[in-house]
Amino acid sequence: MASVLELKNITMQFGGVVAVDDLNMVVNEGEIVALIGPNGAGKTTAFNVITGVYEPTNGEISFCGKPVVRNHPQGKMKAGYKGSCAEYYTGKPVISPTPDQLTGLGMARTFQNIRLWKTQTVFNNVLTAMHSKSSANMFSAIFRLNAEEEKRQRERTAEILEYVGLSDVANELSTSLPYGKQRRLEIARALALEPKLLLLDEPAAGMNPQETAELTAFIEKLRTDLHKTVLLIEHHMDLVMDISDRIYVLDFGKTIAEGTPSEIQANKRVIDAYLGVAEE
Amino acid sequence: MKTKKNLTSLILPVAFLILVFLLDQLIKPTDSMSMLLTVLQKGSVYALAAVSMNLLNGFTGLFSLGHAGFMLIGAYTYAIFTIPSQARDSVYQYFDALIRVSFPEVLSGALGGFGYVLGIALAVILAGAIAAVFAWLIGLPVLKLKSDYLAIATLGFAEIVRAIFQWQKLGPVTNGSNLLKSFERTSTFRITLGNGTVISFATFVPVLIAVICISLIVRLVNSTYGRAFKAVRDDEIAAEAMGINLARTKQLSFCTSCFFAGVAGAMMAMVLSIAQASNFKVAMTYEILLMVVLGGIGSISGSIIGAMLFISASEWWLRGLDSGSFLGINAPGIFRNGFRLVVFSLIIMVVVLFFRKGIMGDRELPEVIQGWRQKRQSRKRRAE
Ligand SMILES: Nc1ncnc2c1ncn2[C@@H]1O[C@H](COP(=O)(O)OP(=O)(O)OP(=O)(O)O)[C@@H](O)[C@H]1O
Ligand SMILES: [Mg+2]
Repeated sequence: MASVLELKNITMQFGGVVAVDDLNMVVNEGEIVALIGPNGAGKTTAFNVITGVYEPTNGEISFCGKPVVRNHPQGKMKAGYKGSCAEYYTGKPVISPTPDQLTGLGMARTFQNIRLWKTQTVFNNVLTAMHSKSSANMFSAIFRLNAEEEKRQRERTAEILEYVGLSDVANELSTSLPYGKQRRLEIARALALEPKLLLLDEPAAGMNPQETAELTAFIEKLRTDLHKTVLLIEHHMDLVMDISDRIYVLDFGKTIAEGTPSEIQANKRVIDAYLGVAEE
Repeated sequence: MKTKKNLTSLILPVAFLILVFLLDQLIKPTDSMSMLLTVLQKGSVYALAAVSMNLLNGFTGLFSLGHAGFMLIGAYTYAIFTIPSQARDSVYQYFDALIRVSFPEVLSGALGGFGYVLGIALAVILAGAIAAVFAWLIGLPVLKLKSDYLAIATLGFAEIVRAIFQWQKLGPVTNGSNLLKSFERTSTFRITLGNGTVISFATFVPVLIAVICISLIVRLVNSTYGRAFKAVRDDEIAAEAMGINLARTKQLSFCTSCFFAGVAGAMMAMVLSIAQASNFKVAMTYEILLMVVLGGIGSISGSIIGAMLFISASEWWLRGLDSGSFLGINAPGIFRNGFRLVVFSLIIMVVVLFFRKGIMGDRELPEVIQGWRQKRQSRKRRAE
């Protein structure tokens, strides 16, 4: 099984706060991997580092076996560095791509605090995401020389909306949708990029048990039908335990456990730090 | 349905252009209606300026205040490259003119009437292109900044450009602090037929340029690039995460906006018959911004309506307020110089207060008309 995503010694320090410390993680092709942990554990921060929103303070990320992000403590951070493995990457060249470059490699994400394009319709939210895939330059776009491609993109958008079950609201404003559907739209928008790896940040947040069950089935379907690899953050433990192949547990930025759902459920440290209290 | 829409979107501008052409022939400069021509000429300059500003401020969410500066660059480029050789030395009376080529002159020498038109077109395009090159250079460092810094940086740039173009050392190119004149302008856009009849294109040309440029902007906004611009405006982080290259997209929008600002500057020169750097003050940028806000940020038809209303009011409808009589009321004591501006400012305040999102909001005219139609139909149905 080839690894799609691999994090090595990833550390993210904000000022004096180490939000993620020495995170090592592998996501293999076709897997559904979950990242869980209490509030403020550093899960979203890890996503932001993987997708290039933040440049990690230390560590290396590989995508499909190739290093795509690398950094070591530099400048002011060098003296104030509180994370681990400070010297691991010092000699090696720094790689710090922009988020769109990382997305271009074949990953796409959703946001915990929904970030749809608010003035746009549901349809346009998905269509817009295909911009980076289109081959048109500005002139061919103005003179409609890309009409063929545009048509294909529109058809594909309609297909995706059909697939995620949002066809009936295609022409509504994205913000007029209920929460659950907005989260689905975020997934639809990510799918428009045809990514290998999908990163879902709390896709079930704000959903009732029935919606959560539907979403669980839907994510499972993404893997079986579309052969997507999924890394997800979630607080709904039924969903996590149901579909994850493996789970990583973060607490205060540190990885306190990793393993299969049954291993995690039996792990004393995880129960103390998270599962014991999370079972609301 | 789709072909019908395409057809009306083609017929309307063509009908409008024919009407403008006829007005050009029918209205003599001495007629009281000649104000209509002035309004159409200046209105098309400002309409393009406002739409191009809206492309950046309204559609991409980048707040720039450098428009007057880019228009200045366009106006000078156009003027310099269309001064006929026999007029050149009297224009540059204190300097040795460095650029000694007039596109319309050279090309009409080779190709006749068509060459003249081509020469004007080339000068206009070059005006836009040079403005765009400057935009690109400024964009490199400045577009990385947060939006409010962009406003300050572009504002500063416009002021610097205005100063540099008046610099005596650059006199051989810009004529220093003296104005440029005698270049090809609306009053030279005419054909004299064999029997002495004059066919004028004075209003037709600026209106045509505005129609062409605004249609290009409309097509851009409705293309995949327009969608990328709106994505950047609505949520930068989401746009980037969805693979949209922020730096490139912003730079594209900025350069395109400034290209058309340059074209509007060229039009300004041909309409006013002069190009003078000291005319392109920050106040001009504010006026254009006001038109955009009046019309509705994010609405192209709004910007056109805003510009036309603004120019009509300031150049025509309210003129009487400055010259003694308004709407048949004679009151030279009140209606004297400056009163127009007072009334004008009041009207603008009222409009801004009652149309918070501008006249059009972020909708376009066809949508609004369609909305009215549907409403009327449903009312009719209810009545039956
Ligand atoms: N840009 C930032 N600057 C400073 N501190 C930050 C920043 N982003 C995150 N943090 C801090 O990092 C820690 C981890 O936050 P993060 O959002 O990753 O948590 P999380 O695991 O996603 O929590 P939740 O379950 O509530 O979403 C928090 O203490 C937060 O305050
Ligand atoms: Mg989070």
